[in-house]
Amino acid sequence: MMKLRRSKTPKAGASHKKWTIGFSIAALSIWIFYTYIMYNLPDGPQTIFQNWLPPTTVNEAMVWVICALGLNIVVGYAGLLDLGFVAFWAIGGYSAGWFMSAFFRQVNIHIFSPSDAADQPGIHLTFWAVLGVGGIICAIFGIIIGAPTLRLKSDYLALVTLGFGEIIPQVFTNGENIAGFNLSNGTKGISPIDNVAVPGKILGPFDFSWKFAIFVFLTAIMVFVSLRLRKGRLGRAWLAIREDELAASMMGVPLMSTKLAAYAVGAFSGGVGGVAFATHVNGIFADRFNFSISIILLAMVVLGGMGNVWGVMVGALLIAWINSTGLPAFGDLVNNTFNTSINFPSYNFLLFGGVLILMMLYKREGMIPESRLKAILHESDDETSNLGGSH
Amino acid sequence: MSALLEVKDLKVSYGSIMAVKGLSLTVNEGEIVTLIGSNGAGKSTTLRTISGLLKPVSGSIVFKGQEIAGKAGHDIVAMGLCQSPEGRRIFPRMSVRENLDLGAFLRNDKVAIEADRERVLDLFPRLRERYEQKGGTMSGGEQQMLAVARALMGAPKLLLLDEPSMGLAPVLVDMIFETIIKIREQGITILLIEQNASAALDVADRAYVLESGIIKMSGKASDLAKDEAVTKAYLGG
Repeated sequence: MMKLRRSKTPKAGASHKKWTIGFSIAALSIWIFYTYIMYNLPDGPQTIFQNWLPPTTVNEAMVWVICALGLNIVVGYAGLLDLGFVAFWAIGGYSAGWFMSAFFRQVNIHIFSPSDAADQPGIHLTFWAVLGVGGIICAIFGIIIGAPTLRLKSDYLALVTLGFGEIIPQVFTNGENIAGFNLSNGTKGISPIDNVAVPGKILGPFDFSWKFAIFVFLTAIMVFVSLRLRKGRLGRAWLAIREDELAASMMGVPLMSTKLAAYAVGAFSGGVGGVAFATHVNGIFADRFNFSISIILLAMVVLGGMGNVWGVMVGALLIAWINSTGLPAFGDLVNNTFNTSINFPSYNFLLFGGVLILMMLYKREGMIPESRLKAILHESDDETSNLGGSH
Repeated sequence: MSALLEVKDLKVSYGSIMAVKGLSLTVNEGEIVTLIGSNGAGKSTTLRTISGLLKPVSGSIVFKGQEIAGKAGHDIVAMGLCQSPEGRRIFPRMSVRENLDLGAFLRNDKVAIEADRERVLDLFPRLRERYEQKGGTMSGGEQQMLAVARALMGAPKLLLLDEPSMGLAPVLVDMIFETIIKIREQGITILLIEQNASAALDVADRAYVLESGIIKMSGKASDLAKDEAVTKAYLGG
């Protein structure tokens, strides 16, 4: 009697394999290009790359990918709308500020810190440890904010997360003197951040290709963890909650702890992204963290394809590139060619808003949809005759 | 016969509105018991309270000798009290296989799960044909089969069925009720909530008639089916 078809799993597995290979090849080519080729190019082509795809843009885009993959767990997997993800990015960033700089001059702690920070005061942990510490702090905040609010239904939950995303950056902006304690150095921010030490080398702020390799490594871990969680028991519980919360609880899915797990895992990766971002810009500044970051991250998840890690990755790379380089570079090109002076970057939200509306109208499952979503959104078109009395 | 489920003087309210006003019922091991009543009588509220989705104002619910009133839903499912909810509520974007997997969410006994999977697919051969199809693309009858099958995957001692005939064609209603009898033959006790009183009284051993949150009548299903008041109110006689 065991002739049950199991076609779905192998197919999904093969597609993940293809994407993994593609991702590795792309990452390796970019790394080789930035390490060995780009700076040896003649001036002309080099300027084109510096204008359209500079290494700093690529690295920043990788940070966006890490955060977007975290948000994808909350929004894409568990179906909980989070409009304040910037809070975790900020907390992760400040973790790097606190534990990888001379900011807390009152103490003197060095744990595996890079040799060039050895004679500085403050807390100096190695970058690799801070990734974990920042992630854990964020996960704890995720649980703190989630525990009282996850009982709320979707819209109200979104409002609370929105508030959280506003409050945390405000705390950092005004955190220069909290009862005499300087938490965040206010608007001046914390800078510089310790360099990242890899075996045999200390990476300065401009070692882009090495940092790129590190960010790719972190992204790969995020993808791996996302896919594993997705296939496992927790992933099934998240999907069930996304589909029908009440039915999920009737199957014995513990709603609170399952949702909290989504929040904690998502927040953890937001923290990792924050730490990576702090080392990328070599500092942490409160005014960088605003509502638009939460919205852009959400746009990345929606545009790429909610629930599909590869779609989210492509969406994040694309939007991050447009936002930081593509739109300004395109604007310069247009302005120079037609002798105009249109401020293209100022229209980025018009562009994203328009894209989101178009996506919702014509391609709700995203650019690279999760197989599950695609199936239901399209199969149902030609099988409506089958739906009968369903609702 | 020992009581598997014993509900005593249960009161449930939505805010200030009392939906269930002191309900008592007993389900003995191996029985099919039905709770009939018109729309809004409090049937689904009773069932949701038993399965832990609503907290009662007062009263006790004893399942397998343990008080479960106010316990978390997943703890109650783990004890072997599973339900097929009103309106089916299958997971529309998941395949039949994945829906069944979720029915067994709290179980770790792989061998027994696979055995149960075969058992429910034998019970509903249609689901075997549709095994990899997404739940949302199936017909109403198939979705109802899936909802019952999914509940059975939780290895219930007591199966709660909430309006399994709702919105189905008569031929499918017959099929569902025949299956209910087959499920009982496998040793599973059933509490059946129905608006379709005649079909429910046909398969049940005993019945309770619920009206405005109070049990109006109870007794052997075959007796109630002949009762004049019941016939008049629920059987269109």
